[in-house]
Amino acid sequence: MFFYYLRMAKISMVKHWGLSLLMILAIGLGIGAAMTTITVNYMMSANPIPHKSNQLFNVQLDSWDVNEPYFDDGRPPAQLTYRDAMALMDARKAMRQTVQSQANAVIEPEGDDSIPFQVSARANSADFFTMFDVPFIYGGPWTRQADESKEQVVVINSEINQRVFGGENSVGQTLKIAGFYYKVVGVIDYWNPLPRFYDISTGAFNETEEIFVPFSMIAEEKINRSGNTNCWKPSGDGFEAFLNSECVWTQFWVELPDNQAWQEYNDFLTAYVQQQKAIGRFERPLNNRLLNVMQWLESMEVVEDDAVMMMAMSLMFLLVCLLNTVGLLLAKFLGKSGEIGIRQALGASRRDLFYQYLVESGCIGVAGGLLGLLFAYLGLQGIDSLYGEMTRGLTELDATLVLSAIALAILSSLAAGLYPTWQASKVQPSQQLKSQ
Amino acid sequence: MNEIALIFRALLRNKVGAILISLQIALTLTIMVNAVFMMQERHAQMQRPSGLDEANLFYLSNTIFATDYNQEVALRDDLELLRNTPGVVDAIQINAIPLSGGGWSMGLQTEPGENQSSAGVAVYMVDDHAIHTLGLELLSGENFAETDIQWRESGTTRWPAKTIVTQAMAKELYPDDWQSALGKTVYISQTQPIQIIGIVRALQAPWNGWNGVERSMLVPYQMETSNSRYMIRTEPGRRDELMPIIEKALAQSNKGRIIRGLRTMEETRERSYRGHNAVNKILTTVVFTLTLITGFGIVGLAMFSINRRTKQIGTRRALGASRSQIMGYFLIENLMITTLGVVIGSAGAIGLNIWLVNTFTLSPINPVLVVIGIACIYLVGLLAVLYPARKAANISPAIATRTA
Repeated sequence: MFFYYLRMAKISMVKHWGLSLLMILAIGLGIGAAMTTITVNYMMSANPIPHKSNQLFNVQLDSWDVNEPYFDDGRPPAQLTYRDAMALMDARKAMRQTVQSQANAVIEPEGDDSIPFQVSARANSADFFTMFDVPFIYGGPWTRQADESKEQVVVINSEINQRVFGGENSVGQTLKIAGFYYKVVGVIDYWNPLPRFYDISTGAFNETEEIFVPFSMIAEEKINRSGNTNCWKPSGDGFEAFLNSECVWTQFWVELPDNQAWQEYNDFLTAYVQQQKAIGRFERPLNNRLLNVMQWLESMEVVEDDAVMMMAMSLMFLLVCLLNTVGLLLAKFLGKSGEIGIRQALGASRRDLFYQYLVESGCIGVAGGLLGLLFAYLGLQGIDSLYGEMTRGLTELDATLVLSAIALAILSSLAAGLYPTWQASKVQPSQQLKSQ
Repeated sequence: MNEIALIFRALLRNKVGAILISLQIALTLTIMVNAVFMMQERHAQMQRPSGLDEANLFYLSNTIFATDYNQEVALRDDLELLRNTPGVVDAIQINAIPLSGGGWSMGLQTEPGENQSSAGVAVYMVDDHAIHTLGLELLSGENFAETDIQWRESGTTRWPAKTIVTQAMAKELYPDDWQSALGKTVYISQTQPIQIIGIVRALQAPWNGWNGVERSMLVPYQMETSNSRYMIRTEPGRRDELMPIIEKALAQSNKGRIIRGLRTMEETRERSYRGHNAVNKILTTVVFTLTLITGFGIVGLAMFSINRRTKQIGTRRALGASRSQIMGYFLIENLMITTLGVVIGSAGAIGLNIWLVNTFTLSPINPVLVVIGIACIYLVGLLAVLYPARKAANISPAIATRTA
């Protein structure tokens, strides 16, 4: 029967082609718009490190001005001061921990004709690579020992390895960075967590850095830090004074395997702040945060307002398209009252009729859904061209999204078809036959 | 009057169809009004002047890597080279670029001390060529003298004795009379005195989303930094031709640094507002398609109801109704449906706006916009029903004599 109904649906759709086209187009546009904005939101709120996002925690301490909070809603600063980060690092109370900051440097390749070039850098601790599952092609992370003895070692990404060393295994080679020689200990493969959760202070969707050096290089003034710096209290002159100031500019992450470890670490942070309060710092009320990856991203609101607003708009748009379809289907099915009356008189049950017209609504839904996918693809292309590199990686449809688009289309058109179908199957045969 | 009641009663017999289309109209109005409102707000933000001669400005980064690099001498040489290049109007070293997103902010306060309220301000470290290079308009007071310019060692927290502020900053400090700011001593970094020697009309901060974007100050500093920026103003029309020439000349004049990141002010503005532009284009498309879909929805439904009523209409015509009466019937019917939609839609538009205001800190909507939106909806409804109504009017009275 299904295929017979399918054929009937085809005949009916071709007969009222204008109306059918209008419905398919409306559903297609609605689905297309909804899927476009849902994709962007889905990508923005994606889990960048799903298998261990519950074990990685960002540390926030409220070292800010007693007179006014850092964020208006009372959240503590998003970054730590250098002195607090170093104190936490030295305590080593977590299973793994890393302090880090964004930096930049100029690389001078060997050879007289080679041209120096600027790279984005990250200064971090040895645990960074293990904690965040950074994939290596050659070599591996530097050791904690290297951190402590301030060794000049570097991990580079594959592009820099290609550019400077021609893509060969460069572990053990030296690289001149910002005027100092570093030993290459590892080359990393393509690695691009979205959002770039480990540092969102300069944009949550930025690319990962090109080179990684030990965090101590900043204090040694061998590499220039960059990124976001926020101060509330004037510091003295010179770099030493800056390091000891109340300016926040470092990010601190810990890996804690279970709840108990979280509890212990949280207690440790409380004790640390209490002890700092005793020496006159941390004048604000106790306000530590130890958030896992997804909690952290949510509290920092990485999904942009524009994206949420657009999604709300497009869902309303989809609703309009569906109302449109309900109205048109209703008109169409009621227009067939005569036909329905005859079928009922010939013995079709209400169930049969309901089923038949549901198949027809479903057909319109599938066609609309497919068209919607095309529109969603075009919409994402459009967003790409409007935003350029600003939406890097946020506008790709994956299998989940494609399937959910089709499901959304069929579900919504079935929902839209339900009322008109029910109405159609309710037609009184006697009345219809009388008027013939 | 009698006829209107008749149409209304006829409409009640087909409630669901009418309500559906009303709801659709209501949602369309809701979205349309709010989308246009959001577009207007963004448009207004983009129209704010930066205060710069944007068309003729570009900048570049000077990244120093050599360890034997005398910054003070090199900066003097670079500026001399730039200022003497034919076609260049003037050039400066600057710590931040307006609208670029990255910069330096401080607080200024009229009384010294730790617990005084201060007004946030964007800091531009420049020399006495800044006003000429950027193309600023000095409203009162004077420019820095060459002797005011100090060498700023990296890491220092001291500030120079003089500053030039924007009119908006002067207003922020002295709300009653911004002109009285001239000559006043204010305090930076809580306790350090700094005297306002000039006021410029406009100079935007690096952050376009900041509500104090019009508040900036110039301080007479040349900076020691391994990563500095040069801002260059060219004669009108010569910018694009000069950019590669200057890049090459600078790179060749000193090999201990990299010249990179050349960008025009126009591109910076485009990048700064790219999100705004994109949202506006998307919203325009949404409003446009939405209106089309609703319009076609009205056409489709009207066509169907006319097809179903062909015989009735024929009978009415046979009984003496004129064409215009038939047309009027459908126009009035549509008007009723639209009115219901508009009533629900106005409430919806204001409701959505309240939600937007609460969730995204937008400003409340201008009621005039709702009125314009209503007028648009009526127009769309009228246009959409015109063709079906004419078709109905053209139904021949002879139809009545035929059996269905």
